[in-house]
Amino acid sequence: MKRIIIATVQNRSGVLNRITGMLSKRQFNIESISVGASETEGISKMTFVVHVDDQQKLEQLTKQLNKQIDVLKVSDITDKAMVARELALIKVNGSGQHRAEIQGIITPFRATIIDVSKDSLTVQVTGSPDKVEAMIELLRPYGIKELSKTGVTAFLRGQQPQQVTKLNTFSV
Amino acid sequence: MKVDDGRKLVVNEGKTGADVLVETLVNAGVDTIFGYPGGAVLPIYDALYRSDASFEHILSRHEQGSIHAAEGYARVTGKAGVVIGTSGPGATNLITGIADAMMDSLPLVVITGQVASRVIGTDAFQETDVMGLTTPITKYNYQVKELNELPRVMNEAFHIATSGRPGPVVVDVPKNISEEIQVGELETDFYLPGYQPTTRPNPLQIVKLSEALERAEKPMILAGAGVVFAEAAEELKLFAEKYDIPVANTLLGLGSFPGTHPLSLGMAGMHGAYAANMAVYESDLLINIGARFDDRLTGNLEHFAPQARVAHIDIDPAEIGKNVETEIPVVADAKMALQALLERSIDRPDHDKWLQQLIENKEKYPYWYEKPASLLSPQWVIEQVHTLSGGDAIVTTDVGQHQMWAAQYYTFDKPNRWVTSGGLGTMGFGFPSAIGAQLGAPDDLVVAIVGDGGFQMTSHELSVIKQWNLPVKIVIVNNEALGMVRQWQQSFYDERYSESLFSSNPDFVKLAESYGVRGYRVSDEDSFISTIKEAFAFEGPALIDCRVVQKECVYPMIAPGKGIHQMVGVSK
Repeated sequence: MKRIIIATVQNRSGVLNRITGMLSKRQFNIESISVGASETEGISKMTFVVHVDDQQKLEQLTKQLNKQIDVLKVSDITDKAMVARELALIKVNGSGQHRAEIQGIITPFRATIIDVSKDSLTVQVTGSPDKVEAMIELLRPYGIKELSKTGVTAFLRGQQPQQVTKLNTFSV
Repeated sequence: MKVDDGRKLVVNEGKTGADVLVETLVNAGVDTIFGYPGGAVLPIYDALYRSDASFEHILSRHEQGSIHAAEGYARVTGKAGVVIGTSGPGATNLITGIADAMMDSLPLVVITGQVASRVIGTDAFQETDVMGLTTPITKYNYQVKELNELPRVMNEAFHIATSGRPGPVVVDVPKNISEEIQVGELETDFYLPGYQPTTRPNPLQIVKLSEALERAEKPMILAGAGVVFAEAAEELKLFAEKYDIPVANTLLGLGSFPGTHPLSLGMAGMHGAYAANMAVYESDLLINIGARFDDRLTGNLEHFAPQARVAHIDIDPAEIGKNVETEIPVVADAKMALQALLERSIDRPDHDKWLQQLIENKEKYPYWYEKPASLLSPQWVIEQVHTLSGGDAIVTTDVGQHQMWAAQYYTFDKPNRWVTSGGLGTMGFGFPSAIGAQLGAPDDLVVAIVGDGGFQMTSHELSVIKQWNLPVKIVIVNNEALGMVRQWQQSFYDERYSESLFSSNPDFVKLAESYGVRGYRVSDEDSFISTIKEAFAFEGPALIDCRVVQKECVYPMIAPGKGIHQMVGVSK
């Protein structure tokens, strides 16, 4: 199963190395990691998208993360009300009439063209991973020359409903 | 620097970073340091030379000797073992010991020199990425970035190494920082918001465990090294006696419960006692206190304690449920958890039949061996060492057959007397760790039981016991083979003894004598007893080369992949 786990960490040198080293040593299957500053100076937020086989493995993952000296807090937010976003840059073949077509495809995704060359366009899209994936699939027939994703970053919504059902926009 | 009478520049001889480092060691109450000098730690060694601190520096003959000695010291004293090594090869030579300490949760503070900050990352002479190398095998590691953070880093290092589940901490100190003259304010308070080990048990879990115990018909305790670290041996004994619960030990937990106690089942695991392993297999409530369900203990997990409800007391939450599904998790210090359990009063469950059955197993299937026609029996050797040391020696070992025989036949009644490389299984650990153990417990008899293979990996430390006249007794269980490798080749590889038989061993007696250490060789029982008596009575170091029969195997044994009840070699 796919899970989204967020960790708040002290921004000490080597912290990323220590955490990714632990994940690889203990054979956790990571789809993406994104790291960046948080609202507090010296504290970073990490978002992991992981594939785990079962509940036991998931519990091990959060425990092993929590065990790291620099980790302040770990939460599995998959089943909570949350927002999860990623950014992708896609360089796609496009000249002449294709340009207008591509423009037409990306508009509903609220993506933008941020660079144009003689025979290609670079599209920037932000959103939930399934939205990003859907747009990439539509662009694929034109020939994707280059693709780069930031990985998911996520946190809880400001308000948590009493009962969380399937309201997540991020299908996991 | 200051300018004196307007003409001559005078160097202000302030404190260097190295002096600050030495001060932190003094403040931490360090009495012994194990180390080896080199280029990047020259300023630190200079500070040690100039310091009037009262601690001893023990110069090893190879960094691996330093770190294993520090492990032995830590194991016996419960204090952090302190090691200093230089950059590059100094640091890489420490790696085995750091990994060993990580696996067996030994508190170490390892200070490595590093090349100067400005050349880090340029492949400078004797540079190696100590942070990268040691990250997976340390509880935590630091590279000091500026001098004034050094006291804070060292305070944190000692705190992390010795608290919670202990472990090794590396502090990498660039040479320019240890050379620098200290100005400004030093940071001393440590700041570790992400590190707060839970020591008090959740009362609800204690109630749950008590209720489970009340209902159990076949309860048992599996006691590991966590009991030793928590200094909870007394509480464990009270608890076991209060409810008549039988106790099995893990390899590293030996001594946490008296081996001669009627409730003791002995060691469980691959070469554990029949009674202990069968108890695990048949029990309906398994209370694990401070053990980590290592694969050498559990055997095939499918057959491990199949009927038992599992309760697990551990200070490291990540150990609970890692290998064995646990119904009652108790995250706590073993001592506090046992105290909480002792405060509760429950009806003693009626499990007399269970106890009776276990006692019968113990009597019916003890460890066994046959004496050879010539040479010594290795098991007999350990039994005699036990008898002749009054069962009260500190015993260190390497890994392999001699280690298992020592675990089986040297019955430990007290904690902190057993120093062995369990998790990593490190050859060459036994002898240097005995050096550290002897320094940590100067008045005790320390016996290093080693194999002829393992001893040759660190025999150079003979210089150290001579230099300090440490009365360590080295008992070489010499079968001219890598015994455990040979045993597996015999059992699982059709007796193809690939590279496991030593056709050329040194003359260990002459080797010892060349270092100025007394050496003996014995190959028959009478001379063994008289020699051991003489060596134990002698006030200095001694080596006894015991010639034992080669083709002896350690039994009983759970073959790889088999369940804990599927032992072979249970009886003759």
